[in-house]
Amino acid sequence: MSHTITHGEIARLKRTHPQLFARPLAQRWREWALWLCFAAILGFGLWWIEASPLRIWNGLGKLGTLVVLMIPPVDGGAFLDYCRAMAETLAMAFLGTVIAAVLAVPLGFLGAKNMVPNWLFHFGLRRVFDTFRGIDGLVWALIFVSAVGLGPFAGVLAIAVGDVMVFSKLFAEAIENVDRKQIEGVRAAGGSGAQTMRLGVFPQVFPVMMSHVLYFFESNVRSASILGIVGAGGIGLALSDRIRINNWDEAAFIILMILVTVAVIDNVSRRIRMRIITTDTGHK
Amino acid sequence: MTMRAEGAGDLPATSPAERLSAFEDRYRQARSAKRVWTALYGALFLAALTGSVIVSDFNLADLMVGLPKAWNYISGTFPTLTLFNFWGDVSDWYWGINYWLRLLVETILMGFVGTALGGIVALLLCFSASRNLVENSVVYFVSRRLLEFFRTVPELVFALIFVYAFGLGPFAGVLAIAVHTAGALGKLFAEVNENVDPRPIEGVKAAGGTWAMIMRLAVVPQALPNYASYALLRFEINVRGASALGIVGAGGIGQDLYVAIRQFEYTDISAIMLLLIVTTSIIDMVCETIRHRLIGHDLSTGQ
Repeated sequence: MSHTITHGEIARLKRTHPQLFARPLAQRWREWALWLCFAAILGFGLWWIEASPLRIWNGLGKLGTLVVLMIPPVDGGAFLDYCRAMAETLAMAFLGTVIAAVLAVPLGFLGAKNMVPNWLFHFGLRRVFDTFRGIDGLVWALIFVSAVGLGPFAGVLAIAVGDVMVFSKLFAEAIENVDRKQIEGVRAAGGSGAQTMRLGVFPQVFPVMMSHVLYFFESNVRSASILGIVGAGGIGLALSDRIRINNWDEAAFIILMILVTVAVIDNVSRRIRMRIITTDTGHK
Repeated sequence: MTMRAEGAGDLPATSPAERLSAFEDRYRQARSAKRVWTALYGALFLAALTGSVIVSDFNLADLMVGLPKAWNYISGTFPTLTLFNFWGDVSDWYWGINYWLRLLVETILMGFVGTALGGIVALLLCFSASRNLVENSVVYFVSRRLLEFFRTVPELVFALIFVYAFGLGPFAGVLAIAVHTAGALGKLFAEVNENVDPRPIEGVKAAGGTWAMIMRLAVVPQALPNYASYALLRFEINVRGASALGIVGAGGIGQDLYVAIRQFEYTDISAIMLLLIVTTSIIDMVCETIRHRLIGHDLSTGQ
């Protein structure tokens, strides 16, 4: 059987069974319309923001000058101050995450379908959880700086308020995904309500919650590092100051500090996360 | 370890009581090991908590004073709406609706264009950042580090720098979003690429396809739904991010929110925040529906 398909045969097959070689017309039409729509919005957007090759070219030239000014990064003799600001950033992220997580535990139980089996309540609470996600952390920081004054306290509140509803939603989902069998097992062995929670629900929910909390801590370290731009404490204030007075080498130093800190925190937190997941549930 | 070997090796030689005590020993050991770990983590947590409280000057007295203040401020932003003159009050509250809607459109467009441009860059870089698709480890290493850099520098820092280089306005904001998005999406795209079925790749290779043809004909068709899903998710995030970029002068509704907060125009704050919340909720819902249609319910949550 050493038969190769010839071009003639392909042409004949294309003629006799055209539907095998092309997608249905309606599908192709829809795809074209979708791409056209995408291109139109993109074009409109580019026009709106006044993008032009000339502008990019000029900007890139300036950007190049900035990069040259940034090298080499120097600490400007304020390394200890930066370290203190960095510690403040970490503290803000940590406290904000912890406060949000503690507040979210009861909210999560309230929002879980299997704990409060009321459709309307569940739906309403979930919408409230979703609503708060719409506001960026920096906007919260701006509001809390206005409300309680400059400093890390406003930053902690901003992080906590920004995260508490997201945590609540994630916790509620974790609680909803609990396996009934373990709860029934504890109950069948004569466990009380509290024991059911402690031995049936808690071991299943806790690793998931911890993993979410650590993940959010990582992300909050990143956001906390910029909250200082609006005066909410941390390293961001130093950074925006250096940029404002055109000390680009010092700004580059601070950016590098942020990068290193974020990398270290990510690494440590990922390890703890892996450990918690593997030791407590025994898989994954 | 040794206990199990004993128990399995000479089972008849041990009495039930011995086996039970061996089991209990093992159980006790496991428990105490776990307790040590728990105590260690607990101590670590407490140390971090104390350190944080000291460093950030956080104390209960401040909290007791600050929380009512914060609540007063937030409740002060609510407008007075009366039942008599409901529509009149609403139109007073939303006196600047035309201007705000324009800024809102700008914010959404910034998110869209930023996601699209960032997505294109991510698409260009993701193949060389996938371990299964490149043999040259230098190319892989460089692409990975580049994406990491784009991703780790906060969007707002890029915005601060770009505002300086490209001037005030949404153009700088879009570039900041695009750079950050390229890093975030590039990593996710590369992960998708690393999980594709290798058989089509072998197929195209066997038929004599070049590297570009392999990417186009074997990798992209498999990964495209996941690319689209991640891009949509990123779009949701970027619209939210774009609303904050105005604070550093990079366009969008954030600049007016900033002015409102700085000048204590209380009801404007709540009006703009409500607009933002409604917009982001609608975008979230629409994107979620499309995402589920693209890749199905089960895949949408997994990575």
